[in-house]
Amino acid sequence: MKGKCPKSFTVFTENSSSFTNRTIVTFNFRHFFLGFAYLLLFIFLALSILLWVPLHTRHSLEPSVLLERASLDHLPELVVLNNSLSFATQKNCTYYTCFDVYKCSHTHSGRIGVYVYPVVEFVDKDKVPITKKITSEFYNILKAITKSMYFTSDPNEACLFIPTIDLLNQNRIRPKDVGKALSSLPYWNEGRNHLIFNILPGSMPEYHPFLEVDIGYAMMTSGGFSSLTYRSGFDVSVPVYSPLAAELRTQSSQDRNWLVISSQPYIHEDFREVISEMAAEHPGFLVLNSCGSSPLDTKLRCRDEETYNFPDILMNATFCLVVRGARLGQPTLMESLAAGCIPVVVSDSYVLPYEEVIDWKSAVLQLYEDDLSKMMDLLRGVSSDRISEMRQKGNWIYTRYFTSMERIALTTLRIINDRVFPHIGRSYSDWNDPPIERRHLTYKTFALPMGPPRSQGFTAVVLTYDRLESLFHVLERISKAPSLAKIVIVWNNQFKDPPPISSWPRLPKPLQIVRTKRNQLSNRFYPFPEIETEAILAMDDDIIMLTTDELEFGFEVWRQFPDRIVGFPSRTHVWDGFNHRWKYESEWTNNVSMVLTGAAFYHRVYNYYYSSAMPGDIKSWVDDHMNCEDIAMNFLVANLTGKAPIKVAPRKKFKCPECVNADLLSVDLSDMTAHMAERSECINRFADIYGRLPLRSVEFRADPVLFKDNLPDAFKRFNEIGSL
Amino acid sequence: MQAKQRYILLFLSCAFLALCYFGGYRLKGLFPDRGRHWPSLDCYMDSEELMEHRAFWSLPPKQRQEEAKANTVREQCRMETCFDFSKCVSGFKVYIHPVEETVAMSSTYRKILNVITESRYHTTDASQACLFILGLDTLDRDSLSSDYVRGMQSKLNSLPHWNGGQNHIIFNFYSGTWPDYTEDLGMDIGRAILAKASISVQNYRPSFDISLPLVHKEHLERGGDILPIYAENIPAASKSYLLAFKGKRYVYGIGSETRNSLYHLHNSRDVIMVTTCKHGKSWKELKDERCEEDNAEYDRYDYEILLHNSTFCLVPRGRRLGSFRFIEVLQAGCIPVLLSNNWVIPFSEIIDWKTSAIWADERLLLQVPDIVRSIEAERVMALRQQSQLLWHMYFSSIDRIIFTTLEIVRQRIQQHLWRDGRVWNSFPGGLVTLPDYTDTPSRLPWNQQSSQFTAVIYSQYQTGSPLVPATSSGPLLHLLRVVSRSQHVARIVVVWASDAPKPPPARWPSLTRGIPLHIVVPQQKQNIGERFRPLDLIETDAVFSLDEDATLTTDEIDFAFHVWRHFPERIVGFPARTHYWDDTKAQWGYTSKWTNEYSMVLTGAAIYHRYYHTLYTDWLSPLLHKTVDQSRNCEDILINFLVSHVTRQPPIKVSQRKQYKNSNLSAVARSPWNDPDHFLQRQTCLNTFVALFGYMPLIRSAVRFDPVLFKDPVSNLRKKYRQMESVHN
Repeated sequence: MKGKCPKSFTVFTENSSSFTNRTIVTFNFRHFFLGFAYLLLFIFLALSILLWVPLHTRHSLEPSVLLERASLDHLPELVVLNNSLSFATQKNCTYYTCFDVYKCSHTHSGRIGVYVYPVVEFVDKDKVPITKKITSEFYNILKAITKSMYFTSDPNEACLFIPTIDLLNQNRIRPKDVGKALSSLPYWNEGRNHLIFNILPGSMPEYHPFLEVDIGYAMMTSGGFSSLTYRSGFDVSVPVYSPLAAELRTQSSQDRNWLVISSQPYIHEDFREVISEMAAEHPGFLVLNSCGSSPLDTKLRCRDEETYNFPDILMNATFCLVVRGARLGQPTLMESLAAGCIPVVVSDSYVLPYEEVIDWKSAVLQLYEDDLSKMMDLLRGVSSDRISEMRQKGNWIYTRYFTSMERIALTTLRIINDRVFPHIGRSYSDWNDPPIERRHLTYKTFALPMGPPRSQGFTAVVLTYDRLESLFHVLERISKAPSLAKIVIVWNNQFKDPPPISSWPRLPKPLQIVRTKRNQLSNRFYPFPEIETEAILAMDDDIIMLTTDELEFGFEVWRQFPDRIVGFPSRTHVWDGFNHRWKYESEWTNNVSMVLTGAAFYHRVYNYYYSSAMPGDIKSWVDDHMNCEDIAMNFLVANLTGKAPIKVAPRKKFKCPECVNADLLSVDLSDMTAHMAERSECINRFADIYGRLPLRSVEFRADPVLFKDNLPDAFKRFNEIGSL
Repeated sequence: MQAKQRYILLFLSCAFLALCYFGGYRLKGLFPDRGRHWPSLDCYMDSEELMEHRAFWSLPPKQRQEEAKANTVREQCRMETCFDFSKCVSGFKVYIHPVEETVAMSSTYRKILNVITESRYHTTDASQACLFILGLDTLDRDSLSSDYVRGMQSKLNSLPHWNGGQNHIIFNFYSGTWPDYTEDLGMDIGRAILAKASISVQNYRPSFDISLPLVHKEHLERGGDILPIYAENIPAASKSYLLAFKGKRYVYGIGSETRNSLYHLHNSRDVIMVTTCKHGKSWKELKDERCEEDNAEYDRYDYEILLHNSTFCLVPRGRRLGSFRFIEVLQAGCIPVLLSNNWVIPFSEIIDWKTSAIWADERLLLQVPDIVRSIEAERVMALRQQSQLLWHMYFSSIDRIIFTTLEIVRQRIQQHLWRDGRVWNSFPGGLVTLPDYTDTPSRLPWNQQSSQFTAVIYSQYQTGSPLVPATSSGPLLHLLRVVSRSQHVARIVVVWASDAPKPPPARWPSLTRGIPLHIVVPQQKQNIGERFRPLDLIETDAVFSLDEDATLTTDEIDFAFHVWRHFPERIVGFPARTHYWDDTKAQWGYTSKWTNEYSMVLTGAAIYHRYYHTLYTDWLSPLLHKTVDQSRNCEDILINFLVSHVTRQPPIKVSQRKQYKNSNLSAVARSPWNDPDHFLQRQTCLNTFVALFGYMPLIRSAVRFDPVLFKDPVSNLRKKYRQMESVHN
């Protein structure tokens, strides 16, 4: 075991596939042999293609630094001259002073080019290697980088250079010679734009929290940075990779019997005293040590005579103590995260991994070394909600950024890439929130608690095909609303030109006509640049019964709830227990879960979402069937916000007053039942696509404050509410 | 079988075997790492290291720490070495050193001291204090400036509690002077925390110093309500310019480079970069060949209009790294484009500036227009909203800036507290999120929904023995019965503030469904704010606050609760009031008349989140509490101020009911509602609160919520809340 990873390489066993073809088993040997011959021929051809084609293409694609595992055993040797100079590490480097940004071709790719030096073995003049053999972790880093999208084999295109001297552990190298070897690299340039991978810095007895190698202007990763020497925004703090953590396959554990476990085999007496004092007092605290009989067995821990399997035991605890050792960073951090055990980090001035982008507050508890004795009181006060939140967050961070050296290397590159191209860099939420949460959180358009001011007004977007008479009627009506800023007509008829300006009614408000390429319902939700206000009033060309007061009041309500659909005709969905499906309901009910976009206010950002972020094939389905675009919009908004729409003012008969229960679409009214059935079908279809029914239902509607009050009309701001 | 076929078969078999033999190793080439047993590579860390088996400590950690604490030099100060946590055990209190009247003080520093003095953090007892603030103005340490205080060092050293600067925060805006503008303050701050504008990455002591924004003398002391992009006079939708900058350039010396090359970006269409060489006295001697041209172009644009009409605004460094632009740009509703290499952006410890600003690099100045153009409309919207949000929460007034600074320090002291980046970067922000209330954000009003409420009935008027006819008519009994009929009530708590003795348990009715009833007698009966004390008895998130004489129907209670569940951050209730600006008296007025709008919902019959009890008691300034205690009135106005201040939203009135008081009781009891003085007092309160908040936080609403079928021409049987149909005003 000594000197090797506790976890050995997985050996690939080829599946000896037997080509028994059961379908041709027959008594006719002739057929059998013929079949066999053809089969052989087929295999022969297939193998030829398989062997020649990819090998050739691979050779042409593969970089000159072929990181074949085989080549590592026979590395070319390079002698480091004794008189060559190294360039001391610059302690005050920042990204702006030591990184040459001009090397990063600012093309539109938004991606840095990373060059990896060919792997060679550096030896001194006596042919003694200056480092120990390359480690599996470093090999995995190099492999990951050469396979990544950042890799370039052309040093002239590169903006970041990776030396291939394995410096992960300072104990495995001769620092002075390494410094010289680095400065002998062909593109070294005093270390500018170079990235040095290190995890364990410092060595006995001082254990300095930085790599004691002269790296000039190069950047460095390390697992044990102290905030005193960490160059913020320049270096990258990485986790202390634990090979044991990868062996934990599952994190879910039902019985976490221990409140907290201290599992580090070596903790300094100063801390050990405090810890054992606490453990004596609290039975929920399990303190483990290395086992007396086999002190070097990494997979065993002991408490007196009891032995425990490590790291599995961590799955039995809610919290795991991670105290500083000789070095600030400890592999236990990674092991605890892997085991779903919330780390309690006690290590003053330690720079946590990826602190530049990861908000550790939501995944670990940090304590000052002086406060270690207060740990138990604090831990017992943590609520169960918080425990599960932290565990989830830790789990997410671990699986996304920690699990393997490949991931650690790529995360590091990603961080540097974000520094070079900050305007397309990931945000806090991209780095920290699991995708499920992000759905609501990235949703920053409604970060502000209130809507735009009344003075901005709203834009009426009216979809029309050829019903000119009713359209003009609608336009005349809505143009009386003082808050209307502009009318945009979406002319959906490709066979007919809109009538000349002279025949349009004279309106006190600006009017623009947008012609569409195809007669599609989704055109009404297209983010036209003509829409300049945040509020959109979506209108059908036959809604002629809305009063000015109703429109103004509707806008007033929307300004208070700008993230919701606020409108007039409301519908609801009900569960049809008999048929086990959802049903669309347009009767007079106590509930509202949809507000139809035949007459509704909503924020124009939803036009972007409708056009670009509609899940599944909802959009094309709507266009194909010429129906349910309003239901799709209600689903979209409800899914993004988790909120219900708001119905304004009492119910009116929309459409022609004589058609009872008329629904709001340009469909043949005689076909009402079929129409309703189709809309029920829409709800079920969309719910399947979303994986749930996002609609929420409410039992209230918005009325003006003095609605139905016994006051003279003169006192009321909105009089004509609900009138016909 | 024919021989031919056999031969073919044989040939094919041979070919196949040959292929396998020769091609096999190539096949392995396809899977270079997996095809062979390689001797495994070493692990970077052997078992001995993994077990830290022979780790040897040159210094035991305790001893190392003691030494660090004793000998730390300024650059190496961190909380664990330079800060004395033991002073903060009893609470987070701030002590201000006595102000020497003889020493000049800038108006901004005076504002800072005012804000702290009037806050809940302040203490006058130095032995209770965790943090110390100087009474000496350290804002301007530019030795050429008129505000520069001389002899600072000796003044510091003679302060009784200076203690080498330990646990002190020193505020500073300007340091260094011509020509190099170093970050040296010209005094030894010892172990003090430096809260400073224009800190560079190299000089910033992470998790110890705090980077401040540079603010004008005119910056509001408190309040700072209006969000620029939603101010009435600004075109928020589409702006005429994409990127703008108007300012001085220095022609020579430190920080002049970037501004001198800005003219390359200027295209007088959508990118407006105008600079002037006019500054200082001797600009004419040093002007370059572009100065005349630049000055002419400079005068063509008005600064305010330019900022307000641009989507993005450049924030380049000046002589120092930070500039006034940062605040000005946010204030104008423009998205900042940061162009100041190595600057530590204000409050970057808690704020995610990636989602609210564009980061540019001075070295790549010419790419800025392309970068800005490449940002799609959706993201522009999000950036603008987020930058406005941050402005509103942390920068819009001195008090917000100072409280943010203090809260950052508090967060470092109590490292385990949970207020993470998500809390700080989303509405309503870290300043109104009390970490002591809960340790998970999901329990806060803006994230939470609960299915039950606790009714808290405040009883204060009962003179005689209102429970005497224990059968029916007492209004309190009636109310208890109505509330207990609700499906959602978890518990009823009566706060017995009346002078009359609490009736014995036997006199109280037993409620249906075994709903628990608790009678609580507040410690200070005369203290009207007691009704908002957070009680352990209130276990639900929803608190239905009721006066004992409230007349409501069970349907109304259920409906209000239903509405509240959809707006848990607001006050939802029945009695609506409004404020108005009284031009004749030049002050705010208060009215209970039936108007088209309301801005308050009184807590005589309203439902709200119990978190507001905690905020009311623990978060509000002591001066506000004093106003309420002295007048024995206005507590319901104050909680409306509080909730509107936190949420920036109006309350919600439900149902048509206007009269919610039992008039019989009010007539006989000594109800203050009939007292005209009471009304005047409320008007006075309103104006005092506005002064203390620094602005008028109340927001008007014209919307009331009714049941969907309210007064609709359908059968009552189809309606869910039938009792509400027959409620008369």
